[in-house]
Amino acid sequence: MSAPVIELSGARKTYHTGDIEFEALRGIDCRIFPGEYVAIVGPSGSGKSTLMNILGCLDVLTSGRYVLAGEDVSQMDEVALASARNRRIGFVFQQFHLLASLTAVGNVELPLVYAGIPPAERRERAMVALERVGLGDKSRNHPGQLSGGQQQRVAIARALVTEPAIVLADEPTGNLDSHSTRDVLGMLDDLHAEGSTIVLITHESDVAARAGTVYNVTDGQFVGAGTGIAK
Amino acid sequence: MRPADLLASSWRAIRSHKMRSALTMLGIVVGIASVVLTVGLGLGTQKDVSEQIAALGSDLLIVSPGSSTDESGMRGGFGSGETLTLTDAEALASEVAVPDAGDVAPEKTASLSLEYGESNWTTDVTGTTTSWTEVRSRDLLYGSFFTADDAEAGASVIVLGAETAQELFGTTSVVGQEVTIDGEALEVVGVLAEAGSSGETSLDDLAVVPMTTMVEQLDDSGNSESVDTIYVKAASSDSLSAASQETTSLLLNLHGLASADDADFTVEVQDSLLDAATSVYEKLTVLLTGIAALALLVGGIGVMNIMLVSVTERTREIGLRKALGAAPANIRNQFLIEAMILGLSGGAVGVIIGVGLALALPSVLGSTIVVSGLALVVSVVVAVGIGAVFGVYPAARAARLAPIDALRDQ
Repeated sequence: MSAPVIELSGARKTYHTGDIEFEALRGIDCRIFPGEYVAIVGPSGSGKSTLMNILGCLDVLTSGRYVLAGEDVSQMDEVALASARNRRIGFVFQQFHLLASLTAVGNVELPLVYAGIPPAERRERAMVALERVGLGDKSRNHPGQLSGGQQQRVAIARALVTEPAIVLADEPTGNLDSHSTRDVLGMLDDLHAEGSTIVLITHESDVAARAGTVYNVTDGQFVGAGTGIAK
Repeated sequence: MRPADLLASSWRAIRSHKMRSALTMLGIVVGIASVVLTVGLGLGTQKDVSEQIAALGSDLLIVSPGSSTDESGMRGGFGSGETLTLTDAEALASEVAVPDAGDVAPEKTASLSLEYGESNWTTDVTGTTTSWTEVRSRDLLYGSFFTADDAEAGASVIVLGAETAQELFGTTSVVGQEVTIDGEALEVVGVLAEAGSSGETSLDDLAVVPMTTMVEQLDDSGNSESVDTIYVKAASSDSLSAASQETTSLLLNLHGLASADDADFTVEVQDSLLDAATSVYEKLTVLLTGIAALALLVGGIGVMNIMLVSVTERTREIGLRKALGAAPANIRNQFLIEAMILGLSGGAVGVIIGVGLALALPSVLGSTIVVSGLALVVSVVVAVGIGAVFGVYPAARAARLAPIDALRDQ
């Protein structure tokens, strides 16, 4: 088997609020391999969001090690983390987080702007990504002119455009109706089928059921780690 | 991130909040427009004053009796005494002794009453030579100045200032009329063109007669040789200081004095008047510019205020950009450039309004406003600088935002 894309060992995260210490992650070990479709489930307050922030390089561990695509990101500074996010991770957020002032293709281009890619190449790659999510004809539309499901598809295109090591989806269907939910989940299935590594964070078990592997987080630890649920 | 993308990103942010951007710029606009105006007004006034003084002759030496022995400028017997004579004036006119001087005009002035029919008018009557018009840079409105023959003969002729003619005759076209001074009848041969005023003295209320006429017919001071002032016009404004030195040494010689410390006369240059006036207007300009700078400071604080609001409002956007790979420096630069673009646009609009007012106001105020290209360029640079300085803090705040907190912000 090839090297893991994500390797967490002894991952701990402690928050300090005044005198109060809160252990959000209490020693998590986890390996995710290329092409895997992993769901991380757990109730709110379980440490699920903290884990997502760590995996997305939005926050750093208090102790332990996080190796992402062969790079040890546990000791990186802010600038290096920004670069790691840009190159390795494609985010899909619950609230879509599209910029209203940009067109669909402009939003998809944004990670490439921060990667310093020239405009022509950027536009081309963004169009390819938009076509991949079936929105090639909506490239000039602004987010306000698109439905929730379409907006989330634009966000997925934005996550794909950098060809990241993982697509990190944080409650991607939380703001969608059932029809759009099926639509977006179907798209993640397609991406998985095409070989993308997907990490899905959710509190809905039926959403998690689509993943090949489900990790249950409770009180900052995996419970019954690596429970595979066959599709 | 490519610089062009950074610029485009800042520009889009400004355009997407048009009203707010316009209001932010307003402070800078007002500040820059007032800087352009006050600097222009200061320079314009300076120009007016220099032109007035230049009209009197900036290449003019004024020799007065009495001395200035105190280095601090206290003039002991300045203006008094009768130490300057017609002989001095004749000597100064010599091209050999004072090669750098051109025309020389001695003046002997008395306050006399002029009569015409029932009306009379008291004014300064000056006896001088035919060089006077040249030396004092005066033109004739009607008739002509008295001639060398008139001067030689001590003819009973008089040239009136425009105001004097007006007061006495009720009109300025009075060539050929007669005025009476102390019972002596004099024919008006010319009327001087208006020259305005110099300080408190009107240059248009005066009468000029040949020196001989003054000495022989009008002056009753008893000292026929002394003169009040000798005007020496330098051959050119470059030779002014040489002419000044030659004048001083010739007069010392004539008066039998060994050192300039003993001088019983004073040689003054019109330039010193100019310097004094200029320094006053420079101080005024500094003061006005200070006030304008305060307006700019307030404008800058406005930029900072709005930028801080903007950072708070766009927290989610900042979080998203960071999640997508924007380094803190990218975020900081975006906000800094936004502030600088606001400064630049505010400065440009301020310059346009300032120049517009500078062109429109003079006809209303009657004062000259000089628009200096340098001041305009400096204004715009300062406006951009203000945007940068007052944008630093909000930009740093934006750059420091943690992406997770920023993303979570609703």
